Amino acid sequence: MMAKMHDISLKIGPAAFRIASTWQRPLDQLTDLYKAYPAPTGETVDFTVRLEPEKPWRRFIRPSVHIGGDFWLPDAAPLPLDQGLLAAEMGMNLQMALGWRRHLLLHASSVEKDGKALVMTGLSGSGKSTLSAMLAERGWRFMGDEFALLSLDSGEIMPFPRLISLKNRAIDAMQDIASENRFGPEMKATPKGDIRHLVPPPDAIERMNEPATPALLLFPRFGHAPELRPMGQAEIFVRLTQASTNYVALGEAGFRALTRFVDDVPVKAMDYQSIDQAEELIDALWSPLP
Amino acid sequence: MMQDARTLIRALREPASVEALNSRQWTDLISVARAESLIGSLAHRVKDVAVPDRVRAVLRDAIEAHDLARRQAMWEADCARRALAGYPGKIVLMKGTAYVAANLDAGIGRSIGDLDIMVARDDLPVVEAALLDAGWEWVKPDPYDDRYYRDYMHELPPLIHRERDRMVDVHHTILPLTARPTPDAQAILEDAVALDDGLYVMAPADMLLHSIAHLFADGDLAGGLRNLWDINQLVRHFSGGDAEFWMKLRKRAEKHGLVDELERALRLAVRLYATPVGKGSAGWRKISDCLYVRRLLARDGYGRETRKITRFAFYVRSHWLRMPPVMLARHLWAKWRKGGKPVGEPGIR
Repeated sequence: MMAKMHDISLKIGPAAFRIASTWQRPLDQLTDLYKAYPAPTGETVDFTVRLEPEKPWRRFIRPSVHIGGDFWLPDAAPLPLDQGLLAAEMGMNLQMALGWRRHLLLHASSVEKDGKALVMTGLSGSGKSTLSAMLAERGWRFMGDEFALLSLDSGEIMPFPRLISLKNRAIDAMQDIASENRFGPEMKATPKGDIRHLVPPPDAIERMNEPATPALLLFPRFGHAPELRPMGQAEIFVRLTQASTNYVALGEAGFRALTRFVDDVPVKAMDYQSIDQAEELIDALWSPLP
Repeated sequence: MMQDARTLIRALREPASVEALNSRQWTDLISVARAESLIGSLAHRVKDVAVPDRVRAVLRDAIEAHDLARRQAMWEADCARRALAGYPGKIVLMKGTAYVAANLDAGIGRSIGDLDIMVARDDLPVVEAALLDAGWEWVKPDPYDDRYYRDYMHELPPLIHRERDRMVDVHHTILPLTARPTPDAQAILEDAVALDDGLYVMAPADMLLHSIAHLFADGDLAGGLRNLWDINQLVRHFSGGDAEFWMKLRKRAEKHGLVDELERALRLAVRLYATPVGKGSAGWRKISDCLYVRRLLARDGYGRETRKITRFAFYVRSHWLRMPPVMLARHLWAKWRKGGKPVGEPGIR
């Protein structure tokens, strides 16, 4: 007999998910953190995520969660049940990364002001997620900290404002400015370090179907003296193909969307050591924009 | 929640049946179709049926994904053709790539992974050298696996292209050499049909029998619903325009030693996909057919593999079929000593 599964549905920006789990707890955590999001009741979903015991007995004994679903990776490492919430988020990211075809996915954070989007991309540790979370508390609309969805025909960025995934030092920094009831449980020593999820500000959720025109692309780098540097178009293009999870899968449509993005959007590499420095540099670039 | 894959079968057989599905059932159906690699075929089948908006978007994604897979498969076949331009023998495309190259219905929406080609066994060293020369490399440089492939399998160890990251399986026949039926590889090559670009595909009966051999004489029925859908599509296509098809098919199955497998495949295709088959061609019903159906439908609405015991029985059977017991014991022993799990032997995917 197969173990019974529980499930919930979630809608984040244009994508809808069914999260099915052998355990109720991760679903309760998700339901609580996503309570402000519109429920896709009576609607089908795009993807199913499955959280299952790695082996049948691992449902009860040292429970460990295997991340599966419609799209999956071989050799995905299981997580302890205490990190079930992280497993669910990773499962949703995996579905998007491997299965979403309605936009070009850029591994980037994005925020919006005056209908224009600021997109930030870079290697993990560059601070792009923290920057988007911080700017969202300083007058910008949060659009997403993981994926920027670039439209294949209009060239706009569509929000994907899932829970903000704070790591290590960013947790303390955000705890100082955001109220406690917006935080999920703190998960220590996960494969990605310490993790705590933060519910995006209300306007990010209310306006999650509102796209914005990309106006500036930054490659931030945390921990270096503040500086802005120009970048060559070829380098930008190649780095964005690497930052995209579905560039190859989209074929010609992906190529057209990306070349247009690189042609139209001004780009800078940005070094910074604090959020205040970053904000100053961004403001200087942002105000002269058309 | 759906208990098995029956709804998927019905949707493929009678596309209009999906109009009655509620959103929950649609979500289940999509998970099952993705898990069985039939989402592309389903998407094409229900193209003209009314479906909810989000489902339409999911199905359109599937169609576009498979369009690209088609183009990539054709490109990969052409890369192999150019790499082997100096080889005078026939290069026969197999499985999904062949269906697409020959423009058959079986290729519509079908997922295609590796490139599968067949050449004469005596020519393997020449073909292998030419591919290595053109940028393909060994995937598993493990001496035991390498030896195993060369001594007992129907194909070379898989090669992967170092720049395009795509695999090619070079076959010299259609079943492992250790399997009980011994198909006539030379006859397959002799009767292969030329395409415009100089590559070949198998003649209709051989193409169908290869698909059948693959499903019933070589594996544990993983991906069986997709495989049986191929069989259904091939039968419908080939039997439509040729009154003598059933007679030729029978003769060919006798030549290859695949009569039982052919009959079984036709019975299951009739049962699941209502495939029209020639009178008497499917043989007598067997009680074990029910077990096959049970195994083929073992998938729940979350996309999970169910019926673990039935699955395991077919897994054991697949090894039983492909090698004699003593050899199987030796093989598992060698695998175990290397610390590898006894799953994923060469040839099982």
